[in-house]
Amino acid sequence: MNPVMKWIHLLGSPPYFYRFSGKLLPWLSVLCIILFVWGLYGGLVQAPADYQQSDAFRIIYVHVPSAWMSLFVYVTMAVAGAIGIIWHVKMAEIVCVTSAPIGAVFTFLALLTGSIWGKPMWGTWWVWDARLTSELILLFLYFGVMALYRAIEDKRMAARAVAILALVGLVNIPIIHYSVEWWSTLHQGPTVTKFDKPSMDASMLIPLLVMALAFQLYYCIVLLLRMRTELVNRERNSKWVNDLVSP
Amino acid sequence: MNHSLTQAFWTLLRRDLLLTYRNRAQAINPLLFFVLVIVLFPFGVGPDATLLKAMAPGVIWVAALLSALLSLESIFRSDFDDGFLEQLVLSPHSLSALVLAKVFAHWMISGFPLLVVAPLLGVFLGMQGESIEVLVITLLIGTPVLSLIGAIGVALTVGLRQGGVILALLVFPLYIPVLIFATNAVQMAESGFSVTAQLSILAALFLLSLALAPLPAAAALKMSLS
Amino acid sequence: MSTNYSLEFKNLQCIRDSRTLFSELNMTVLPNQALILEGDNGSGKTSLLRILCGIRSPDHGEVTWCQQPIKNSSSGFFEEMLYIGHLDGIKRDLTVEENLKVCMGLGKPSEIGISKALDQVGLYGYEDVRSQVLSAGQRRRVALASLLIRHAVLWVLDEPFTALDKTSRAVFENIMNQHVRQGGMIVVTSHHPVQLSAAEVITINLSEQ
Repeated sequence: MNPVMKWIHLLGSPPYFYRFSGKLLPWLSVLCIILFVWGLYGGLVQAPADYQQSDAFRIIYVHVPSAWMSLFVYVTMAVAGAIGIIWHVKMAEIVCVTSAPIGAVFTFLALLTGSIWGKPMWGTWWVWDARLTSELILLFLYFGVMALYRAIEDKRMAARAVAILALVGLVNIPIIHYSVEWWSTLHQGPTVTKFDKPSMDASMLIPLLVMALAFQLYYCIVLLLRMRTELVNRERNSKWVNDLVSP
Repeated sequence: MNHSLTQAFWTLLRRDLLLTYRNRAQAINPLLFFVLVIVLFPFGVGPDATLLKAMAPGVIWVAALLSALLSLESIFRSDFDDGFLEQLVLSPHSLSALVLAKVFAHWMISGFPLLVVAPLLGVFLGMQGESIEVLVITLLIGTPVLSLIGAIGVALTVGLRQGGVILALLVFPLYIPVLIFATNAVQMAESGFSVTAQLSILAALFLLSLALAPLPAAAALKMSLS
Repeated sequence: MSTNYSLEFKNLQCIRDSRTLFSELNMTVLPNQALILEGDNGSGKTSLLRILCGIRSPDHGEVTWCQQPIKNSSSGFFEEMLYIGHLDGIKRDLTVEENLKVCMGLGKPSEIGISKALDQVGLYGYEDVRSQVLSAGQRRRVALASLLIRHAVLWVLDEPFTALDKTSRAVFENIMNQHVRQGGMIVVTSHHPVQLSAAEVITINLSEQ
């Protein structure tokens, strides 16, 4: 086994993962805060106001990264679920089940900021716009995953069920996305294209990318925290957890 | 081996149809439900003929989704309760193929009757000639997708006590593409446009779910039993 | 029947709700042998049985059939195994014959026909009776008949004697003995002592684990 594979294998052991993630978390948190400050300052203060939407456009610094993350987390969840099912990797199972609520929160944030943005743009809180509608369906997909996980008592079984569901959802997401797009263009004439700017000035774009990175790190941090909790809970009868609680 | 798989497929299909026949009083409920939901709409929105006509495809299709949901549990529930599902999982045949037999039976029991009554309900809501034809075609291609995707949801929730509510949460989002293309086809036919594109996409959705859905359904059944 | 069949399990472990039911179980079952699983309620008899027949996967260890993991389709395990659980899978709305025909259609039929099998379990002439009017014991016998009409080397039976009176039990034991004598093997859980004179009996008591 080469060193990288060996290390990945080591990460699969709960005590090692717990110690390693504990050391990693402070560094990630500091980095995440720096990126958030940088991105928010760049986006809310430095970037010039939009010629059409003036300051209202600045909500993209939260809206766009949340929308990206909502999809990214779902894909991560489904891929981790597949790895968990096929190779019986316990850590992958845990990544899968702990990701769902985080993804749901990102999706909710994307919906909320989207409808707040919609108020000055369309004059109404909710428009059946293709993207917002897709996000709404994604939110229901997350709710399904979470409800299923909670309903099955045996958590090992629940993890398998969730993984199957997440994979089915992953196949369906592009189909749902394109059908919603088709549906909205047919019913509303050309899609409202206020969301995509043809080109973005660097002073607007860079803070956006920084924010995206900050969101990504935030996901990693919350994921690690939730995984640690889940691990301790699942292995509460094992020796390493007992050593942890009463050294 | 192949010959005996075909035999197992038909045995299972025959059994499910026979069981439904013996319980026909219960089996007809989803169909009655379908009719009732549609009949309720005019009371809700008023007897305005143009409004009803405009809403007809959507109303009929949403009623079809609801009635599918109502009947879905019957695919695996009673077999789970009396242990027959264990026999299926442990049979030497591919579980996906056997699942397909059960889904096919479910469609014949709950999907096919909708095709028969839908034209009548379409007339009730003021639909005419060609759009009714298209409605029946969309139901013919679309309702098997509902059964196929639904089977995954039931397989995941069959071991749960409060499975019904969760089942709705699991399958309805996945039904949206079918709903969109089916109702759109009927609406376009009403306005006299060609609907080949919509019907082709529906057919593609059907083939895709026919090829893919039995696998996760079989995996989920094994999970539910263990 | 060929004699080189073997059911083997190594290092089996089962955890339920973070409680270890059993661990490091090892055993080999060969033709003409019967494995009897004993133990108190909750000791994991049924869990072990379900692992052995492939419904549940073990938390650790492996079950093999003819030296191949049972999950491999090349092991041919599911062609040679029949399982009867607590629930017998008999539909009340079907007649006895219809139920048995379904069982037959799902597996490999043996040379014993439905009426002969019913005769052997003492239900001669019950072919056209709806299963809902049968008593619990009679339904159990129908389940037994479903073993006879299919071909398999290994029978896995969970509490086969529940709801059976003395005579029915004798009928059951007789048929199990006959199966073992013909080179079959049986894995069975039971509260009652099982009389399998024809078999070389192996016992695992899970309460002593």
